[in-house]
Amino acid sequence: MRRGPSAFNIAAIVLGMGFLYLPIALLVIYSFNESRLVTVWGGFSTRWYVSLFQNEQLLAAAWVTLRVAFVSATLATILGTLAALGLVRAGRFRGRTLFSSMTYAPLVMPEVILGLSLLLLFVAVGVARGFWTVMIAHTTLTLCYATVVVQARLVSFDEALEEAARDLGAPPWKAFALVTLPNIAPAVAAAWMLAFTLSLDDLVIASFTSGPGATTLPIRIYSAVRLGVSPEINAISTLLIGLVATGVIAVYLLSMRRRTAAP
Amino acid sequence: MSVTGAPRPHRPWKGLGRPRGQPSSEARAAYAPFLWLAVFFLVPFLLVAKLSLSDVVLAIPPYAPRLDWSRGLGGVIAFVRALDFEAYARMGQDGLYLAAYLSSLKFAAVATVILLLVGYPLAYGMTRCRPSVRQALLMAVILPFWTSFLIRVYAWIAILKPAGLLNMALAQIGLPPVDILNTDTAVYIGLVYAYLPFMVLPLYAVLERQEAGLLEAAADLGCTPFQSFWRVTFPLSLPGVAAGALLCFIPMVGEFVIPDLLGGSGTLMLGKTIWTEFFSNRDWPAASAVAIVLLATLVIPILLFQRQQTKMMEQR
Repeated sequence: MRRGPSAFNIAAIVLGMGFLYLPIALLVIYSFNESRLVTVWGGFSTRWYVSLFQNEQLLAAAWVTLRVAFVSATLATILGTLAALGLVRAGRFRGRTLFSSMTYAPLVMPEVILGLSLLLLFVAVGVARGFWTVMIAHTTLTLCYATVVVQARLVSFDEALEEAARDLGAPPWKAFALVTLPNIAPAVAAAWMLAFTLSLDDLVIASFTSGPGATTLPIRIYSAVRLGVSPEINAISTLLIGLVATGVIAVYLLSMRRRTAAP
Repeated sequence: MSVTGAPRPHRPWKGLGRPRGQPSSEARAAYAPFLWLAVFFLVPFLLVAKLSLSDVVLAIPPYAPRLDWSRGLGGVIAFVRALDFEAYARMGQDGLYLAAYLSSLKFAAVATVILLLVGYPLAYGMTRCRPSVRQALLMAVILPFWTSFLIRVYAWIAILKPAGLLNMALAQIGLPPVDILNTDTAVYIGLVYAYLPFMVLPLYAVLERQEAGLLEAAADLGCTPFQSFWRVTFPLSLPGVAAGALLCFIPMVGEFVIPDLLGGSGTLMLGKTIWTEFFSNRDWPAASAVAIVLLATLVIPILLFQRQQTKMMEQR
């Protein structure tokens, strides 16, 4: 017996959700504003979206960002899945505590520290900063998130299934690919999505590790935002929010369908 | 793993059939991420520590002395000889660093308390809804977490600026305008807004798992709803409170984007100090020293967070 929500509960939900969504809603609405003045409603218009697609600097930055996010998310998901396997299945091995500390620390580590330390590494090694350095930095950050997401799913997966496959003669990699991987696939997809969006978003780490040729979209947005609010930034923000929201909801619905399809 | 060999030992004796000292295939799977984190996470920290002991010079890269490995032991000795902890000494002398340090801790602590006050009723309210509604609400809380941090902070500038949407709304209902942007208040709003999902999710996770029977028992024993909340629900949710508080507090201490965009010139926070020392003043040793001090402060909360994370993963 669980009583329904009280008036207080409903008020908390409404206020909380309003707080979370009102700023985003306003930003989206004002991206369709005809007027350049952000607070004066001059009628509905898509002119800022049009001017967005004529802004070559912004488009170039968006292209760099998407490439970095794609490569780093893929790499981070592979490494994160392997790390999760090690953490969940390997039991006690030498260096386990160090390993688990290293995987959880970047989740909460201030980004400024991560960015600074990686930059010093790149300077010490003497590589030119650019696409690859940002990619490596983002992989390091998102690898940890990917690990946690896959790990959460792997804990609840019955290992006996994979053991059965091995007993029946499948080599370990095959047992993993044919039995475990399809089962944890939703988590792996979610991990990739999360890594992708985190990389897409990141300003601080990219600022430290990128070079002149690899200006990412958040760096461009940040330098524009410092000069004040502009409808063009509203428009690109709306596009980014729309892109991410569509992806997240799609993955969510997919995983829901899978869950209801399976017994 | 031969086909004809003895069957693999089943859990919980897993791994006993393996020759001692030989890692399982799962442990070997972890080699690649282990190596990656060692090279790109651990080594960089040692470099920050090393650099914080160097002196700033006008050069590229702008610091000296540089530890010269090619000279072997002699290089190391020369490096140790030249140590004078100058960057740290400067930090001690300059009151601005101390002020930034204390104000970072204050911002993070106060914002964590506000987040608990805002997040707890929200998480609790969510668990009281029907399961289908609960799922949708959970999704609604997670979604902002996925959308860009920078954009969500930026959205507040248009609301809080002097001729912004908030003041327009206030004028509509006949109230005097407020000047919030570039003040500490704006930083608090930004922190609470940006970190709310991080607080709600762990709270929701513990509250949702709680058995309804416990509350029934409390009611049977004569508790009013408030009493049963305060004496049953709340104490049982403390692990979630701790997880949410750590998850928010630690990164907030080093936050850069929010104080930079919403705060004023007087808003001091360590994340901003590191950024300024590095990018504007090109004082890399000072930036590193501040980073080391920040890290040293956060070591204990980070270890607590890791212990909890490990415990939660193993409990499932």
